[in-house]
Amino acid sequence: MYYSKHQFDDTIVALATPAGIGAIAVIRLSGKDALRIADLFFYGKKLSRQKSHTAHFGTIRHENQHVIDEVLATVFVAPRSYTRENTVEISTHGSPYIVQQVIQLAIRHGARMAQPGEFTLRAFLNGQLDLSQAEAVADLIASNSESAHQLAIQQMRGGFSLQIKQLREELVHFASLMELELDFGEEDVEFANRDDLKLLVLKIQKIIRHLSDSFALGNVLKNGVLTVIAGRPNAGKSTLLNALLNEERAIVSEIAGTTRDTIEEILNINGIAFRLVDTAGIRQATDAIEAIGVQKTMEKVRQSAVLLYVFDMLETTMEEVKTDLEALRQDDMKILVICNKQDTNELFQIEVLSKRIQVDKIIALSAKYGTHLKDLKSTLYDLVSAGQVKSDSTIVSNARHYEALQKSDECLSAVLNSMATGITTDFVAMDIRRALYHLGSITGTVTTDDLLENIFRNFCIGK
Amino acid sequence: MSQNNIQMFPKYDVIVVGAGHAGCEAAVAAANMGSKVLLATMNMQTIAQMSCNPAMGGVAKGQIVREIDALGGYSGIVTDRTMIQFRMLNRSKGPAMWSPRAQSDRMAFAAEWRSMLEKHPNIDFWQEMVNGLIVKNGRVCGVTTGMGIEILSEAVVLTNGTFLNGIIHIGEKQFGGGRAGESAARGITEQLVSLGFEAGRMKTGTPPRLDGRSLNYDRMEEQPGDENPSKFSYSDTPTLTKQRSCHITYTSPEVHDLLKTGFDRSPMFNGRIQGLGPRYCPSIEDKINRFADRDRHQLFVEPEGWNTVEVYINGFSSSLPEDVQYKALKKIVGFEDVKMFRPGYAIEYDYFPPMQLSLSLETRLVKNLFFAGQINGTTGYEEAACQGMMAGLNAALAVKDQEPFILKRSEAYIGVLIDDLVSKGTEEPYRMFTSRAEFRILLRQDNADTRLTPLTEGLGIKGMDARLARVREKVQSANAIALYCRESNVSPDDINGYLETAGTPAIKQRTKIHNLLMRPQIDIMGLRQALPHLNEFLKKYDAECIESAEIDLKYEAYIEKEQEMAVRMRRLEDLRLYDSLDYHALPSLSIEARQKLTKVRPRTIGQASRISGVSPSDISVLLIHVGR
Repeated sequence: MYYSKHQFDDTIVALATPAGIGAIAVIRLSGKDALRIADLFFYGKKLSRQKSHTAHFGTIRHENQHVIDEVLATVFVAPRSYTRENTVEISTHGSPYIVQQVIQLAIRHGARMAQPGEFTLRAFLNGQLDLSQAEAVADLIASNSESAHQLAIQQMRGGFSLQIKQLREELVHFASLMELELDFGEEDVEFANRDDLKLLVLKIQKIIRHLSDSFALGNVLKNGVLTVIAGRPNAGKSTLLNALLNEERAIVSEIAGTTRDTIEEILNINGIAFRLVDTAGIRQATDAIEAIGVQKTMEKVRQSAVLLYVFDMLETTMEEVKTDLEALRQDDMKILVICNKQDTNELFQIEVLSKRIQVDKIIALSAKYGTHLKDLKSTLYDLVSAGQVKSDSTIVSNARHYEALQKSDECLSAVLNSMATGITTDFVAMDIRRALYHLGSITGTVTTDDLLENIFRNFCIGK
Repeated sequence: MSQNNIQMFPKYDVIVVGAGHAGCEAAVAAANMGSKVLLATMNMQTIAQMSCNPAMGGVAKGQIVREIDALGGYSGIVTDRTMIQFRMLNRSKGPAMWSPRAQSDRMAFAAEWRSMLEKHPNIDFWQEMVNGLIVKNGRVCGVTTGMGIEILSEAVVLTNGTFLNGIIHIGEKQFGGGRAGESAARGITEQLVSLGFEAGRMKTGTPPRLDGRSLNYDRMEEQPGDENPSKFSYSDTPTLTKQRSCHITYTSPEVHDLLKTGFDRSPMFNGRIQGLGPRYCPSIEDKINRFADRDRHQLFVEPEGWNTVEVYINGFSSSLPEDVQYKALKKIVGFEDVKMFRPGYAIEYDYFPPMQLSLSLETRLVKNLFFAGQINGTTGYEEAACQGMMAGLNAALAVKDQEPFILKRSEAYIGVLIDDLVSKGTEEPYRMFTSRAEFRILLRQDNADTRLTPLTEGLGIKGMDARLARVREKVQSANAIALYCRESNVSPDDINGYLETAGTPAIKQRTKIHNLLMRPQIDIMGLRQALPHLNEFLKKYDAECIESAEIDLKYEAYIEKEQEMAVRMRRLEDLRLYDSLDYHALPSLSIEARQKLTKVRPRTIGQASRISGVSPSDISVLLIHVGR
């Protein structure tokens, strides 16, 4: 199935400013329907009636009328824009969550996520750039898609893609059965069981919706990488949090058990958001409230992608560290061990500890005096940027996936609908093939050769 | 070249080498374009032989025959005139899948083809083996024959089928040959390789032919033709009034065990056959071997004609020793007293990986040299015939120095086939399947004429005017029927009776005919019976036209969805990439893309996008370099 990824008559959307957290973000919509689409979620003046090169204040609203952000929308009417198409640039506040929401709104209202370099490509195709400029663009596109590709590979490691892949395999199998039925119906072959197909489609839709909802909520981005700070009471967890954030967020005191609830803060390291959670210390709780605190700590630990285990170098023995880690360790979790209060115990032998415990990194620092915090920050950043942490960190790719999920969902609904009306297999197969095509943009393309391959491998056909 | 030869042969526009399905269509296509054509064949008694089963059409293949007919080829006409049974396959699977299939009278089919060729004033014949090409300055200018004759031409179409260095295998015996009882062709492969062509080896097989008098049909299932047989050609060809049935029987574990006794002498299993065979057309030994859990395989007993007792055993292709074939056949229900006419065999032959061609089927190495059929790695009469037609048309166009005629994937199965071959190549004999087409809903057998006939306008194909007029009339009629169905209301009283018997909910208010037609349970025949005014209106249109209009109306939403996607795809198909483009000079392309693009030399950006190893970002780079 070679449905083209390159179309020039539709409207594309993408973040125009660098991804990550900045003061403002600019989202650009370009194409014939850019103004019309923006009008569907921009509340203010009707953009499609405005003159070119004018800016307008308004709000962006979700379909449920909930206000997402106050924004400034700048209108460029074709051909007086970079792409020579109708263009709207929406300046929002620089939260990845807001950006994600706005891009998703645009996609839901008919825009398509732009390919890497596509704005420039359109500018060229529409006669805005000359060839020498275009040569440079070609290089840019090539390198852009290279990094996009690497990013995609990073994200592929997550459990999400694994799930999609499995579902796709099942769907490919069904698609093959349908094709078998169509192309080899004259022969002695088994037919696709419609009830099974329906169940499978429903199952896939459930997961797809779950996934696209989680994007729609912007969970991953809003929350950043969930990083839980845990350790024994008075190990200096809250001090570490404050040191990282440079502000007095958590209540810090000398009394063990001060933090009874979990506290969350966003830490931005080079554009990557970490959702730091300070927790109550782990110990035998002495009162009911504290018991709840400990329970909450464990809950958070279970959800976390990164665990910062903090201990007091003077007070805690290696044996105790080992016991604590065993209790806290979860699958897929990255563990950093923070040897706090570095200043208090010069005799502590980190090398010995590193031989006794299995963790990703051990860092000795002083939260109170702010020493070696840089090491911690760069370690955190490296973990995520190297793709080792379970996260889908960039907006662009997420929105692309979101679009693919939405489209697959639509096609699968069409499959169910077609089956319900009792229409013939050729039309049902058409929608299944379209669904596979969209899922394929996340997991890799399914070609007709793949389907035939599957048929030849698994079924005895041919007179 | 001696003076003598010049007198014997004029300089031809197009020489077609080989007179199988590809060669015959190539000769006719070029001749109808006004070219002076020589059809050279090793044996004039075997023009248009059906080397394998005596049938035309089938799923996807039937659509191709309709397409050939819509473009002025003769395969559909010859089939209609010589068939002994017609079935529309896949009737229950929706209009995109309806596939015409005919059982042919093998001898009558060949005779009819020969007679049609002989009637063409632009076609000359020469019976001899062509063993070489005359190539000067990278351009073909004629052929040489076994007797040493040089015949000159502007263009050459090679359709050598399975004859190039063909080797036939039956058990441990092997002998040179292009078909049972016919010798192989030598010289051409060797010359092409020396010119820089890449050659490969493929394998195919055919089942035994049996004496129908020795079979007990009472013990088999009968498979009759359709009650209301249709046909292939959009022109005035006859429809069948009487038909012959096929029969179905099965192998059994006992048959399988007997066949296994010959496995050690099988050229398939002992490595003597090197060519790759088609997985969708496996030999019986291959089926038993790969699908050991199946305790029976279906066999179709197909009559070879009106006046012959010979039958073809579809599903029992084999290269096992003849005695093993015979013993196993005797254990099949209905075959207890079987007499064989000849055993099945496997054949290996040379082909030229088709990525060496451009979409016109012209080779990229030698100008005005065209390849069609099995030489390109395909299998099947229909696949061969359509390539022959396209090669013939394009050879004639090349002689006239005109742009080639190329069909898009969204326009025809023929377009899908040639684009697949040229852009992706093929490792095993390539057969068409409907699943190979991304726009199956558009490429139906009912609309091949409205899809394709108008595209021939201006090409100058002889005899197309009547067809064009017919298509225009069909389109007008379909529009009138559509308009009527969209605008006419029916009242609940008039229609609810029919709706109820059809098992679909009654209507409460006046409803458009079109809306009713969109219900899967409803068809226009039923509506006609219930609605006298509709019946009256439709009387002036023929059945084929009404059926086509009905499909377009009934599945409008689906068809529109596909059309939309096809239009998007077409935009890239219209962006030409010129042969002079130096891909190695585009550093932004990935290295793999540079190599693949240089190898395939795609004609359009669309074709480039289908080459494996060419990524979307490579396509963006190409878009920039071809300009806007």
